[in-house]
Amino acid sequence: MAVRFLICLLLLALPAQAQPRDALTIGITQYPSTLHPNIESMVAKSYVLGFARRPVTAYDPDWRLICLLCEAIPTLENGLAVRETTPDGRPGLRVTWVLREGLRWGDGTPITTADLRFTYDAGREGATGIGPAEFYRSAYAFIAEDERRFTLRFDRVTFEFGSLGDFAPLPAHLERARWEQDPRTYRTRTLYDTEPTNPGLWNGPFRVAQVQPGSAITLERNPHWSGPAPHFRRITIRTVENTPALEAQLLAGQVDMIAGELGLPVEQASALARRTGTRFRVEYRPGLIYEHMDLRIDQPPLDDRRVRQALLHALDREQIVARLFEGRQTVAHTSVNPLDWPHDANVRRYPHDPARAAALLEEAGWTMGPGGIRRNAAGERLSIELMTTAGNRSREATQQVIQAQWRAVGVEARIRNEPPRVLFGETLSRRRFTGAVLFAWVSAPEGVPRSSLHSTEIPTAERNWSGQNYPGFRNAEMDALLEALPQELDRERRRALWHRLQAIYAEELPALPLWFRQDAHVWPQWLAGVRPTGHLNPSTLWAEAWGVRP
Amino acid sequence: MTRLILSRLAQIAVMTVILSLCAFLLIGLMPGDPIEMAIAGDPRLTSEDAARLRALHGLDQPLMARYLAWAGAVMEGNFGHSRLFAQPVAQLLWPALLSSLELLALAIGIAITLGVGLGALAAARPRMAPLVQGVALVAQATPSFWLGILLIILFAVQLGWLPAGGADTGWRFLVLPVATLAFANLAAYARHSAAALRAALDEPHIRTARAKGASEARVLARHALPNAAVPLLTIAALDAGAMVSGALITETVFARPGMGKLIYDAVMGSDFNLALLALLLVAVVTMLATLGADLAQRWLDPRIA
Repeated sequence: MAVRFLICLLLLALPAQAQPRDALTIGITQYPSTLHPNIESMVAKSYVLGFARRPVTAYDPDWRLICLLCEAIPTLENGLAVRETTPDGRPGLRVTWVLREGLRWGDGTPITTADLRFTYDAGREGATGIGPAEFYRSAYAFIAEDERRFTLRFDRVTFEFGSLGDFAPLPAHLERARWEQDPRTYRTRTLYDTEPTNPGLWNGPFRVAQVQPGSAITLERNPHWSGPAPHFRRITIRTVENTPALEAQLLAGQVDMIAGELGLPVEQASALARRTGTRFRVEYRPGLIYEHMDLRIDQPPLDDRRVRQALLHALDREQIVARLFEGRQTVAHTSVNPLDWPHDANVRRYPHDPARAAALLEEAGWTMGPGGIRRNAAGERLSIELMTTAGNRSREATQQVIQAQWRAVGVEARIRNEPPRVLFGETLSRRRFTGAVLFAWVSAPEGVPRSSLHSTEIPTAERNWSGQNYPGFRNAEMDALLEALPQELDRERRRALWHRLQAIYAEELPALPLWFRQDAHVWPQWLAGVRPTGHLNPSTLWAEAWGVRP
Repeated sequence: MTRLILSRLAQIAVMTVILSLCAFLLIGLMPGDPIEMAIAGDPRLTSEDAARLRALHGLDQPLMARYLAWAGAVMEGNFGHSRLFAQPVAQLLWPALLSSLELLALAIGIAITLGVGLGALAAARPRMAPLVQGVALVAQATPSFWLGILLIILFAVQLGWLPAGGADTGWRFLVLPVATLAFANLAAYARHSAAALRAALDEPHIRTARAKGASEARVLARHALPNAAVPLLTIAALDAGAMVSGALITETVFARPGMGKLIYDAVMGSDFNLALLALLLVAVVTMLATLGADLAQRWLDPRIA
């Protein structure tokens, strides 16, 4: 009798033990302002849409361009890309992509070139409200050859021609009529925001099942997904903007993991890992976020290259990374990430060398004066205004250390911080800073830094304050390189151009390189298959490979 | 009384128009419009894109012309669309308002009950007054974000009794944020009620009530409290505005989307439609609550009229 009772108990217990983990709750720190793929660009939206929508091409976790919806990346060698002359006589390209067979929207409607035609038409119409429209201006013709094969004709030759970037299909069967009704108000009427749970909007392994504006988005499996079936039945993405509160929700078991793309700062993640031992796995992935200091190089004293070089020699960046970030950031020598193939490992470096810094400052005419601050022949103090985003604790701490290290070589740093809105919306964009500004850029793999280094990209009122060449950097060779680079299709010749670009950057120092930020991904021990990318294509684009450790 | 109400309602209408203009101009004069912020974040935006997007969002128009267009649309019942959240403004405001009302009404209700209770204790038992003052001092001096985090660590992380936060429905999700806010608000009610009750207990009619043999509890509840309620009503009326404007810090720490966070995001993101409607709602509710408090005070103490 007792044995029977035990067997019954065991049978009752077994289903509970064998219960698979088929739901996952993820915590992130930002909520997407819209779910429309082409209107507004923000990391939270890319992260969420990675589960539910697939672009035609993307960069994989190994930073290689791959097809997600197409059969092959077009190249000149495979004949899918052909050089040609544009109708107005300029060198151009004709590039063809072929969609994979069997692709369907979440309502079962096949994905065809009609969907891409709609994306193209909407993008070409300025009133639709799509942000960066350079792609649509360059692609002057769309040709749908059949239901799966389409060609774009570009009015320029660039090495990035195989990548379609944000140009991804939109469901024409649901959205075209709405858009045609009035493109100017389409962004307020799109189903992506008025009816986001409509399955026909999604073509990824998951579809949006529930939206709690500002707080959570729930995704469920898409029955019409043609790829490998995802393991998880349901994924919930919760937004908790305050990182201590997010950590508390993780510890309380309300979220299973914290996404590295929009999660805890590395120092907080390191502290969490230390406190919780083996409860979570924390993976650090270097990314494309480049922390640096833009310098106002068209004004004294920073117009003197020797002063800029001295400022960098005076910084002990390894020490800052070790002390403030537990060694979890990658010290930068130029704006090109060491993980990106064009990176030049032999570029000029500026090790911490206060004696060399002092010598350079002496050479530039700045001699040590009273109070330990250097002065020039006119008696002016070597005093530099140092700004960053107010409220960003790690930047403010970095700023304090920089101030002390510059002071050690006789340079005064006057700290003046502003809220991000004022700093980015006014001070930087209108070039109202006078010294150095500590902030970060996010780039893409092999992203040509034209907007931050070309002399025509210095923001002015005439160009609507666009462009990010805030330092006011003017260098004819750099301009020529930035123009030649995108047009050079040969990878090895392009490598040489990239190395030269980095050499000029390291010599001229329009900005002082600090480090490349790492993303801290916090996972439960049972989660498997997540591969952080470190670039703008989030890990969620491969969510069908996520699962549970055996 | 009717004349008073009509005159105050007219004042509220005029104030609402003035406030809408001031709020619109102040938000418009803040540095950095949304397109400048977008340019700073996306190097692919060209000057051509910037000009096109400014025209599309009407940001190329003079501030006054934009205000008049907004006011005209509001008069027709069209509150517009939120640029930040891609939703009609009214649709966004309603759930945030309900969430804040739920949270703050409970918190202020508890704060009033406990605060007045403590105040009564201090007034009736002067020996207990230092203790009550101490509690009020601690409550006033404790930052909400710190108390919130402490409560989360204790009750959600260590003991696992309650959720650490979230917007889910259910009483368990309300306990910690309500406790945090109630503790912060209780100090004002405790101090004011203690002072008002002490003054009321010295009144001649209280001595008469005691001489007639009324119990101390009855004296407090029936005779002292109605008189002491007059200043408390003013605080409660101001708290009514706070109920609608949400509690930014508590909402952030407990990840509860409410009016506080919504207004902050709208103002910082230059989301004119959302910011204006939310701010005006707060202003109108505060003014109506103040009117209500004035009427209640007149009813409680006819000498005020």
